[in-house]
Amino acid sequence: MYLEVMDGKVTGTLPSMNHPISEGSLCIKGWNAHEPVHSQKRLTKPLIRKDGVLTEASWDEAISNVAGELARIRDQYGPNSLAVLTSAKCTNEENYLLMKLTRAVLGTNNIDHCARL
Amino acid sequence: MEELKKKVKQALEEGKIHGFLGLKADEGDISPFFMTKDNIAELEKLTAPDGRYSLGKILSRIAAQNPGKAIGVMVRGCDERAIIELTKASQLGTASTVQFGVACTPQTAEKCNCPQPYPSTIDFGEKAKSVNHGELLTKLEQMSVEDRLAYWMAQFDKCIKCYGCRNICPVCYCQECTLEDKNLVPGGIVPPATPVFHFIKAMHMADRCIDCGLCEATCPSNIPLRTIYRHMRKVMQELFDYVPGRAADDKSPLGTLEEGGRLIH
Repeated sequence: MYLEVMDGKVTGTLPSMNHPISEGSLCIKGWNAHEPVHSQKRLTKPLIRKDGVLTEASWDEAISNVAGELARIRDQYGPNSLAVLTSAKCTNEENYLLMKLTRAVLGTNNIDHCARL
Repeated sequence: MEELKKKVKQALEEGKIHGFLGLKADEGDISPFFMTKDNIAELEKLTAPDGRYSLGKILSRIAAQNPGKAIGVMVRGCDERAIIELTKASQLGTASTVQFGVACTPQTAEKCNCPQPYPSTIDFGEKAKSVNHGELLTKLEQMSVEDRLAYWMAQFDKCIKCYGCRNICPVCYCQECTLEDKNLVPGGIVPPATPVFHFIKAMHMADRCIDCGLCEATCPSNIPLRTIYRHMRKVMQELFDYVPGRAADDKSPLGTLEEGGRLIH
C-alpha cells in the first residue's frame, strides 16, 4: 500500500494497483492505516508506571524493565503464566518475530492476535 | 514519453503550472506522484503504465491546498471525465488545471473494458479502439426482477465493508458520507445492510459515475459493481440524454428538474 503525504503529513492510504498479491485491494484496516500516524493519543515515548503514575523513561530502562519482569514471572510462576497479544498494526514479519519470542524465549504457546478478538 | 516529460518540464519552468500530478514507476512499483520545479528530477520517473489511480480525486486534495494556482495533471480518458465531474461539483475550488493527455494502449483499454480509452487532447500515445463488453449487463437485463435481485443479494453478501469502492471512486467527494450514517447502515455488521448499502452508492452514482471501473478493480470480493453503475448510466442517458463526464457545461438532471418533471435546460 502507499501512504499519501502532503506537506510532511500522512493524509491517506492507497492500494498498490500493480501489487501481485493484493492486486489493488485493501481491507478496511489497510484503507485506514494512515489514521493512527498523527493521532494525539499515540504513545511516542516509553512510560513506566511508578507508584501508580505513568512516568517517562528511557528506552534502555523500559526494555530492561519489561525483560526483567517477564523473566521474573516466568521463573517464579512458569512460562504458561505469560501470554502475548499481538497487533494487526504490526507487519507480518513483526508478528512472526513476536511469535518466535513467545514460543522460543518465553516458552509458552499463549500467543494470539487482536484480529481474532 | 520523452516529449511529454519535456512539455511538463517546460510548463513548470515557465511558471505555467505550479506543480504536476502524474504516475511514476519506481523499481516496478506504479504510484501517483506530485512534484513542483523544486524536485524536477522526479519527472524522469513519469510513466503511462497499465496500472491506474484515481488522479482526479488526488487532484482535488492538491487543489484544496493550492487555491488559485494552476496544477498540471496527466489525464487518461477516465481522469478527464472525472475532472469534468469534479469541476461541475466545484471540487477543485479556485485552482485551475492544465491537462496533459495520455491515450491508453489497446491492452489497457481491453483490461479496463473502456469505451473511451483516450482524453480529448492527446499528448502521448495513440487512440486505441473502444472496448465495450456488456455481457453481464445484458444477461441481467433479461432476467426476471426476482432473479436479478437474488443475483445481486448473493453478490452483496460477499461484501467485507472495506469502503474501497467509495475510497477509490474519483467522484465520491462528500465530506459526510451517507454510507457511514448509522441510521441507514448499522455499524459493526459484515456484510453491511443489504441491499441498502450498495444501492445508496448506486443512487449517488446515477449522475456522477464516469465508468472508470476503479471500484470493481479495487473490490477485494470481486463484486461486479461497475455493472450496476453502468445500468444507472444507461437509465440516465435514455431518460435525460445525460452522460456524466461528457462536458463541463452539462447540467445534472437530478439538480435541474422544474415543476412537472421537465428539464430546464
